[in-house]
Amino acid sequence: MMYSTAEIWLIIGAMAVGTFAIRFSFLGLVGNKPMPPLVQRMLRFTPVAVLPGMVAPLLLGAGAEPDPVRFFAAICAVAVAYCKRNVVWGMAAGVAVFYTGLIATGAL
Amino acid sequence: MPATTTKSAYWAGVRDGLPFIVMVVPFATLFGVVAIEAGLTLAQTMAFTVLVIAGASQFAALQLMVENAAIGFVLLAALAVNLRMAMYSASLALHIGAAPFWQRALVGYLTFDQCYMTSIAKYDDNPAMPLDAKMAYFFGVASGITPLWCGFTFVGAQIGATIPASYQIDFIMPIAFLSMVAPMIKSLAHVAAAFVSAVVALALVWLPSGSGLLVAAGCAMMTGVIVETWAQARHT
Repeated sequence: MMYSTAEIWLIIGAMAVGTFAIRFSFLGLVGNKPMPPLVQRMLRFTPVAVLPGMVAPLLLGAGAEPDPVRFFAAICAVAVAYCKRNVVWGMAAGVAVFYTGLIATGAL
Repeated sequence: MPATTTKSAYWAGVRDGLPFIVMVVPFATLFGVVAIEAGLTLAQTMAFTVLVIAGASQFAALQLMVENAAIGFVLLAALAVNLRMAMYSASLALHIGAAPFWQRALVGYLTFDQCYMTSIAKYDDNPAMPLDAKMAYFFGVASGITPLWCGFTFVGAQIGATIPASYQIDFIMPIAFLSMVAPMIKSLAHVAAAFVSAVVALALVWLPSGSGLLVAAGCAMMTGVIVETWAQARHT
């Protein structure tokens, strides 16, 4: 790393301010003012619109070749979390299947 | 509203945030290790983690810093990773926009993935929840996770020994995200939105950090609204 101390602090400070500005943006500026109904309806889909897009490239994306153990563990996590309507059960099932798979295939 | 309800909402939040320990602890530790290895001082590492609290963007920034990228590029790329949080902010505003300014500012500081997803799932399931209880719940989730995130960054920075790569802890994050999103699938519109999100994100995976995800999320939200409108029209 070739940055000066001041430059490193500049990066950290700008990251802190920038990240806060992004997160506070609508909470701060819009607050309680009503948003257009279409926007409100779209925003209700935020979690299901963001998370699959974050995960899909990690599972199938560029570079990493699809790994059957990962794929199966992911499917188990989704199935259990969906059926049980519970995050914890899904995570537990996914992690258990993943590490069982790693041990069974001799990867661990 | 009664103080007891607010208090129980807070503790419900703490409880619902606990499972993310398995996700936060390894990643916070890893960030501490990687940051020190990259050449940051302990003070810089801790300031980074305490002030930013956005794991993915911290790793992205660090990676670019190790490559000695131009400062502007480091900031642009790492902050792009966080742009999805503007959507989090907007959707939170629908629920807690009426809260006092300082509370909204604190929520802004603490809107990381686990906190946001856990809270928004609760709000969607309980639309009648009073504002005080909504705020208490959010801070409950955050107050379990945040000290762990900061504390284990410190541990990682101190011990400097990383978890062996053969344990593949990088996969805990996708498992946790999938487990968070699955219970939120409540209708055909949700299924369609999730599907479009994944497909578009995969198609745009070559775009620079985070920007493909924004397009994917936008398309997915529109898909959700369109399918919902269509389903409602069929029922009436």
